[in-house]
Amino acid sequence: MGIRERLSGNEAAAIAMKQINPDVVAAFPITPSTEIPQYFSTFVANGTVDTEFVAVESEHSAMSACIGAEAAGARAMTATSANGLSLMWEMIYIASSLRLPIVLSLVNRAVSGPLNIHCDHSDAMGVRDAGWIMLFSENNQEAYDNTLMAHRIAEHKDVLLPLMVCQDGFITSHSIENIELVEDEKVKDFVGTYKPEHYLLNEKEPIAVGPLDLQSYLFEHKAQQAEAMKNAKQVILDVSKDFEKLTGRKYGLFEEYKLDDAEIAIVCMNSTAGTTKYVVDNLRKQGIKAGLLKVRVFRPFPGEEIAKALSNVKAIAILDKADSLNSAGGALFEDVTSGMYVNNVHVPAVNYIYGIGGRDTKSDDIESVFKDLLEIVKTGKIDNPYRYLGLRKGGNK
Amino acid sequence: MEDLIEIRWHGRGGQGAKTASLLLADAAFNTGKYIQGFPEYGPERMGAPITAYNRISSSPITIHSNIYEPDYVVVVDDTLLESVDVTSGLKETGAIVINTTKSADYLKSVLKGYKGNIYTIDARKISEATLGRYFPNTPMLAAIVKVSGIMSDEDLLEDMKGSFKHKFAKKPEVIEGNMKALEMALQEIKKI
Repeated sequence: MGIRERLSGNEAAAIAMKQINPDVVAAFPITPSTEIPQYFSTFVANGTVDTEFVAVESEHSAMSACIGAEAAGARAMTATSANGLSLMWEMIYIASSLRLPIVLSLVNRAVSGPLNIHCDHSDAMGVRDAGWIMLFSENNQEAYDNTLMAHRIAEHKDVLLPLMVCQDGFITSHSIENIELVEDEKVKDFVGTYKPEHYLLNEKEPIAVGPLDLQSYLFEHKAQQAEAMKNAKQVILDVSKDFEKLTGRKYGLFEEYKLDDAEIAIVCMNSTAGTTKYVVDNLRKQGIKAGLLKVRVFRPFPGEEIAKALSNVKAIAILDKADSLNSAGGALFEDVTSGMYVNNVHVPAVNYIYGIGGRDTKSDDIESVFKDLLEIVKTGKIDNPYRYLGLRKGGNK
Repeated sequence: MEDLIEIRWHGRGGQGAKTASLLLADAAFNTGKYIQGFPEYGPERMGAPITAYNRISSSPITIHSNIYEPDYVVVVDDTLLESVDVTSGLKETGAIVINTTKSADYLKSVLKGYKGNIYTIDARKISEATLGRYFPNTPMLAAIVKVSGIMSDEDLLEDMKGSFKHKFAKKPEVIEGNMKALEMALQEIKKI
């Protein structure tokens, strides 16, 4: 029936890794994800896992070691945040193009500069086109559950792509909350053993990994990567269904919260979705038909499914916890509106950049967005689709 | 979340306000509640003002923001009273619990006319009597449990016995002192 516990998001991620017991973990500490390799290294020291823990000297080496391990035929994991992910940048692309199903725990934090250790999604958005599957998690439970599902998705023969599980730095990574854990044996059975089809240490099949790939083939290889990303959608749904059988916890590509009959809706990711649920409940008590669409699977992006789910609302606000600084809206806004356009869904939509550098997002902030949407429904007018939420007055001057 | 209780802790780095908030979360968890315990991280250093938070409810808690309108405020260090707006947003139906020996008149004047209940406790005296050193967080934990009624005195003592055994596995000699600190705090807290 599961184990009732209370853990921080980082503890939850580390315990998921313990239960998965991967062959290799290579990591370098960086706030706010430091605790994940820290806790994991104690599991290694205590002999609770038989993982080879590689204490590397940088994140570039962490990802390189994971790539080497996966290419050799091992299951590899790592964790990082912000500038750690930036330093991995070169190897992030190599991991996905070599089709190595590495799993990374990304504890979201603002990328410098100036230096800021708090949460926003600028780290994740920087690698959104790098060919990694990206799952976002509202709380410790989802960070744990997504990690348990990660290898089954990434290692599937139709996918073979690396995967990152995102959660909000400090907000969930350092908050103790209730969680239901799955028993060790059940996790072991669910995750299964890694049996790669091709790997470097297979003496019966000598192969080269990552050689020169010029005009005649790179294009096709990229198209295959893109195809694998498309396939991931169904695999994620299938694995989530199996996970539901195991735990009773249901996961899709996104979560619809009171969206069925909603007239106004917010689209967002990670912990802000929890705050939005709280506000939706309060507004519903006042008779306001508010709803939420929480994106879980950001890559592959379920544009068609999201467009369909939003087709009956009258106004939408898409919240981005990272500013693309492009005068055309945040990444989630672009993806959602593009999905809507292509699928002939024409609902007024506005973008809010919020929570940058850990600026706290209060329930009042979320409520003000819903009030703005009511105004849009009433007047049918959108003066400016590119907005800020929680920015000090005149703060952009 | 009808019965949601929100608590804000004010302390200084090194006094254990964060630990106390996590212990409170633990204790409430063990009585079957849904809990949140989280500090507000800043440039942490010994002596700098810090804030920590708790949410406690009998149903799942989804909100993920700091707490702006707490039911209760705990002040671990009374030197903060003049520099931090500790009653900011504090509900008048709630209460503030302060570790202090200062007079009621002084407290009323620095709390800017806060109309809710004001409780005081001399956590220094209790800590020094029971532990021989100044660790205000254990008495403050007992004080907020008493004031908020999150659980009975007995449940708290029973539960903390288990927690301390686990927490102080490597220095069992401090368990008894911490238990005594809890008991004494439950007795000594007073309303002004």
